[in-house]
Amino acid sequence: MEKSQNNQSRRSFLKVTSLTGGGMMIGFSWLANLVPNEALASAETVKEWIQLNGFIQITPDNKVKIFCPNPEFGTNVMTSLPMMVNEELQADWTKVVVEMGDYDTPRFKTQFTGGSRGMAMAWTPLRTAGATARMMLLQAAANEWNVPVSELTVSNGLVAHNGSNRSLNFGALATAASKLPKPEKVVLKKTTEFTLIGTPQKNKVGKDIVEGHSLFTMDYKHEGMLIAMVIHPPAFGMKLKSFDATEAKKMPGIKDVFDIQVYKDDYVRAGFDTRAFNKLIAVVGNSTWEVMNARKKVIAQWEPIETTKEMVASWGGKKEETTPAGLESTEEHMKQMHAMQQKPAKVLRKDGDPEVAFAKAKKVIERTYSAPFLSHNPMEPISCFAHITDEKAFFVAPIQIPEMMKQNIMANLDIPGDKIEMKLARMGGGFGRRAYGHYIVEAGHISKKAKAPVKLIYTREDDMTNGIYRPTYMVTYKAALDEKNNVTAIHIKGGGIPEGAVHENRFPAGAFDNYLAEGWEIPSNITIGAFRAPGSNFIASAEQTFLDELAEAIGKDPLDYRIELLKKAKANPVGKNNEYDADRYIAVLELVKEKSNWSASNNKNAHRGVAAYFCHSSYAAHVIDVTMKNGQPVVEKVVSAMDCGFVVNPEGAKNMVEGAVVDGIGNALYGGMRIEKGVPIQKNLNQYRIIRHKEAPKKIDVHFVQNTIDPTGLGEPPFPPIFGALANALYKATGKRLYNQPYLNELTKS
Amino acid sequence: MSKMNLKVNGKQYEVDVDPSTPVLWVLRDHLNLIGTKFGCGVGSCGACTIHLNGRALKSCQLPVSAVGTQEITTIEGIVTQLEEIHPVQKAWLELDVAQCGYCQTGQIMAAVSLLKTKPIPTDDEIDSAMSGNICRCGTYLRIKAAIHQAAKSSK
Repeated sequence: MEKSQNNQSRRSFLKVTSLTGGGMMIGFSWLANLVPNEALASAETVKEWIQLNGFIQITPDNKVKIFCPNPEFGTNVMTSLPMMVNEELQADWTKVVVEMGDYDTPRFKTQFTGGSRGMAMAWTPLRTAGATARMMLLQAAANEWNVPVSELTVSNGLVAHNGSNRSLNFGALATAASKLPKPEKVVLKKTTEFTLIGTPQKNKVGKDIVEGHSLFTMDYKHEGMLIAMVIHPPAFGMKLKSFDATEAKKMPGIKDVFDIQVYKDDYVRAGFDTRAFNKLIAVVGNSTWEVMNARKKVIAQWEPIETTKEMVASWGGKKEETTPAGLESTEEHMKQMHAMQQKPAKVLRKDGDPEVAFAKAKKVIERTYSAPFLSHNPMEPISCFAHITDEKAFFVAPIQIPEMMKQNIMANLDIPGDKIEMKLARMGGGFGRRAYGHYIVEAGHISKKAKAPVKLIYTREDDMTNGIYRPTYMVTYKAALDEKNNVTAIHIKGGGIPEGAVHENRFPAGAFDNYLAEGWEIPSNITIGAFRAPGSNFIASAEQTFLDELAEAIGKDPLDYRIELLKKAKANPVGKNNEYDADRYIAVLELVKEKSNWSASNNKNAHRGVAAYFCHSSYAAHVIDVTMKNGQPVVEKVVSAMDCGFVVNPEGAKNMVEGAVVDGIGNALYGGMRIEKGVPIQKNLNQYRIIRHKEAPKKIDVHFVQNTIDPTGLGEPPFPPIFGALANALYKATGKRLYNQPYLNELTKS
Repeated sequence: MSKMNLKVNGKQYEVDVDPSTPVLWVLRDHLNLIGTKFGCGVGSCGACTIHLNGRALKSCQLPVSAVGTQEITTIEGIVTQLEEIHPVQKAWLELDVAQCGYCQTGQIMAAVSLLKTKPIPTDDEIDSAMSGNICRCGTYLRIKAAIHQAAKSSK
């Protein structure tokens, strides 16, 4: 085993004070090797980094390092967030080194990737961090030359005094700057003064990625490290009864086989502590292949679970959650959801008098939509490194919300918070999956019991059959039409297993005088989790295909009809709490209309569909062109219009939207996890279909609404409206309306 | 366990492993060549793509005992001594292909192999050669553009 070059010397925080409004800690420095793995270690020998604040380190020989506080799973925060810092710091961006910060939420204040909130949360604190450090460097130069700061200029990491023709680089000033008091007042640049933010910048970690350096948890190595794998029940609704590991323990390279209980019986779970199977068998050995083979020799007995009720922490309070006994099936789920649609449900919002409007209606259009469980399937299977000793608990963890994991680790592994260290490894994809860090606790238990550093590895099958799926949903949209074909009321009723997706305050709420939204839920023992734009990813598909069908029924252009409704909602908003800004919504529709040349080409022969949606603070609209070839859909072109406020890195932003388009098409056409008698049917990527090269659109054009509104996220917002735009285009191509995902099944059904 | 000699990236290695061990795990666990990634273990995602005698192949499906004297090349070995970076990697960087990045070494290995047999591939040829390599982030269009760019640059 290669010796790890990871030097885990304790970091020494000397003096830590909070900077007003800066969202950072200042005034400490350390000698440390913070590199997360051996590849980076070889490039960086231990040297003195001078700490200007929690985000910025500079060496006397003028190397500048900016830390990314937020975990990275591919949204390119390791480039866009340091860009924010450097806009104000004004070091030479081409030479700036970026590094993922370790788990240290007190230092970074927010250290969270999820909900498309990264950009918005970082926007002010990170620019402030850059500005503060720049001011200290300028002050150090002013002191050195005995001139006022106002006579100095700074550019590309060089501070200059033009009057005397003197200049010094940041490295030469860093030591003196680090000893200065923090500035009292920080003035940030106006957006019109930006020179870096708003310009397209390449991924700062790109070279490490294409050269295959060790960036991911899967790649992590440590001296004496063992490999661990777990065995979970073969079906939801089952639990471990007993096991016989006699043969497994005899297998070559195997150190131990034992069971673990992940969460304590009395542990009050919080929102992201989802765990499908709480008792697992762990197999620990020298190498991955040996552990994989030994695992097959474990003879396990499983037994049915009983129905349990437990209190879980939920948004500041507690709620009761039921886990029913039984072996569930997709077929049964569909029947249950249809049955719920016939029963009274919880009223989520009511405007006007929808009952009367429907009673008086000349015509009612009613359509029901459904979607299956989805498996996240990030490319890097679930993994975690843990090394628990008496001294400390060290993790290399691919996790979106480290601070929440800390609470879980403390409670379930009995480790005091100040002994927990976590490196936030680059995550090989997430899509919501890595908000659920049960595997970190599992790795901790295994390291504790094995008394060794261990890397827990899930196979693809382990992950795909482990739950935390996107819920399965159903919703019915109903419109009342009067004799003049005016839509007089809208009724939305839907739910899911185990949670629904009706967002009662989103469009088209606000655009109709009579409006009713209702929801229900069916408890399940199949665990679910956030999946790229939770809830929105389904409800947008139903809403946007229904609006399309409605527009057709009343003889209106589908794109113009959406704009008409939004204008109405803006001029005379119905009800309260409408979540969207109608103007920004209209703007993305207008932009996509223009860029797709919608008006000119919207004839019978063009197989194009439109959809728009607002979620996670950003607005998205797409126009999709499809053709059918040998009975299979071919996506010819996608035109996307986005409003995510000020675009920090147009290069990365464009890539994010393209990815969401491809992911949306793939999940809409192919995505779906079937369950039979509690058993997840698709177990690997040869059974669970993911979109591939030849199925991707031939062209994607991405356009952004130009504005200076504070930036919002892009990880999720472009995703939900893809489903509807695709279904609407496929209708044009085939004459078939699609109601049930995955659409390819319905499309090819005769 | 049995001792075997392997030629990887031009170097000779001796490994002492179970002969059924897939090359993927020999590379990752025993030779510390971690640029070859584990994605599915059933040859369906392409994250583990290597070259065997210059041809792209999924290393999770290749038992080490079947290698014999054939030469293995991994992402760590595609750069010749004359280059700082392979032209395909360079195109990847210029077009800012990666999102999470986990699949990209496998994608690059598949692309390098494709360009050896088809120096100027068409879109259809790229689709067909690359369809064994999944990118869950959906960077397919950039991958295709990067392959075209690398083809053009090495003309």
